[in-house]
Amino acid sequence: MAYQFDFAPVLQHSDLLLTGAAFTLALTAVGAVLGIGLGIVGALCRAWKISPFDRLFGLYVEVIRNTPFLVQLFFIFFGLPSLGVKMTEWHAAVLAMVINLGAYSTEIIRAGIQATPRGQIEAASSLALTRLQTFRHVVLRPALTRVWPALVSQVIIVMLGSSVCSQIAAEELTFAANFIQSRNFRAFETYFVTTAMYFVMALLIRQLLMRLGQRFIVGRPR
Amino acid sequence: MSLVKITGLHKHFGANHVLKGIDLEVAQGDVVALIGRSGSGKSTLLRTINGLETIDKGELVVDGAALHDGKGDLRALRQKVGMVFQQFNLFPHLTAGQNVMLAPTVVKSTSKREAEDIAKEMLLKVGLSDKFNSFPDQLSGGQQQRVAIARALAMKPKVLLCDEITSALDPELVNEVLAVVRQLASEGMTLIMVTHEMRFARDVGNKLIFMHQGRIHESGDPKTVFAAPQTPELAGFIGAVQEA
Repeated sequence: MAYQFDFAPVLQHSDLLLTGAAFTLALTAVGAVLGIGLGIVGALCRAWKISPFDRLFGLYVEVIRNTPFLVQLFFIFFGLPSLGVKMTEWHAAVLAMVINLGAYSTEIIRAGIQATPRGQIEAASSLALTRLQTFRHVVLRPALTRVWPALVSQVIIVMLGSSVCSQIAAEELTFAANFIQSRNFRAFETYFVTTAMYFVMALLIRQLLMRLGQRFIVGRPR
Repeated sequence: MSLVKITGLHKHFGANHVLKGIDLEVAQGDVVALIGRSGSGKSTLLRTINGLETIDKGELVVDGAALHDGKGDLRALRQKVGMVFQQFNLFPHLTAGQNVMLAPTVVKSTSKREAEDIAKEMLLKVGLSDKFNSFPDQLSGGQQQRVAIARALAMKPKVLLCDEITSALDPELVNEVLAVVRQLASEGMTLIMVTHEMRFARDVGNKLIFMHQGRIHESGDPKTVFAAPQTPELAGFIGAVQEA
């Protein structure tokens, strides 16, 4: 094989890569918190058939789950300004991630809520808790516990998917990689390093979220 | 003056007329045993008393909290009526103590400290003061059911409904739960229980109600009724239970 591997031209831009990775993580953190929050509200409305929001969330879930993330992002960043709604690339990126994760987590969390044994809800009713109190104190935590691994996987999918935000010039990790590759033409080395960075980030996020879930959602040692 | 008063109560499940005009009065301190065959309406009747089943027609009054034809303040009613279930239904993510504390803090806005004192007192009452920090899955069925009793008592209900509370227990655990109920009865707690424990109904109850096809078919003092059932249906039921 004639190709000479040379990682030095990539590593000399490690500051760009690390900054990009930091932005990717920040996007993911904000997107995950708001997206899961939106998912909890959506799941409550869907599972408990709170009219008319159950239907609105149903429509929202179908639209988002059946269209590409890249197109959703372009619609927000390039399409909405036609209606006078302008935002920076970061705001558009976060908004697209929240909307995307919100739709998937609505369905994931709904499954967790619907697995609540009927007796739990009857017990809460018999203690005079309102429906909202029952949801908050009795239903939510066990529901999140049931679906937490699936939710963590979805957050990682969204983190990896955030690479397309490079297409609206949000300077996250993939944007940095593209920039470096366009300077040194070391495509293999640049994307090899970038791939490794995404891989490590995904593993770390999974570990971190599983631990946080164990501590704050399950709330007891295994 | 009766604590619970039910007048002309009707209930349908679709085309199925399950309660066909129930009239029932329960006085303060009464221990009422509801018996009857599966499908006779006894559990449904019990569940209407704290609004877990809706009422199609009729009136239900518990210590001033009333439902007319199923309409009224459900939460006011439920604060007067505690309920213990066959399947315990403890909240799995909360400790025994937190299970007992939840309703006082959330529904009555009791301070956390006060709720903790109530929870300790109630767990002591059911003999589980050492299990405050145990999770439900660390407890035996009998212990879980006793926590469920403590949880209901923490709201200081006027009446406690028991829906076959020993039916899901292993035989050797039944007595520890019945002992708690017996103690509550002796302290003057008003109890309405659906039960298959005929001996317990006879020994502890002061009122027996035999449900048959959605109606109160026969009722009276348990000892008298068991000794000399007036209807062939009750005689048959007692016979069938005793053979088992």
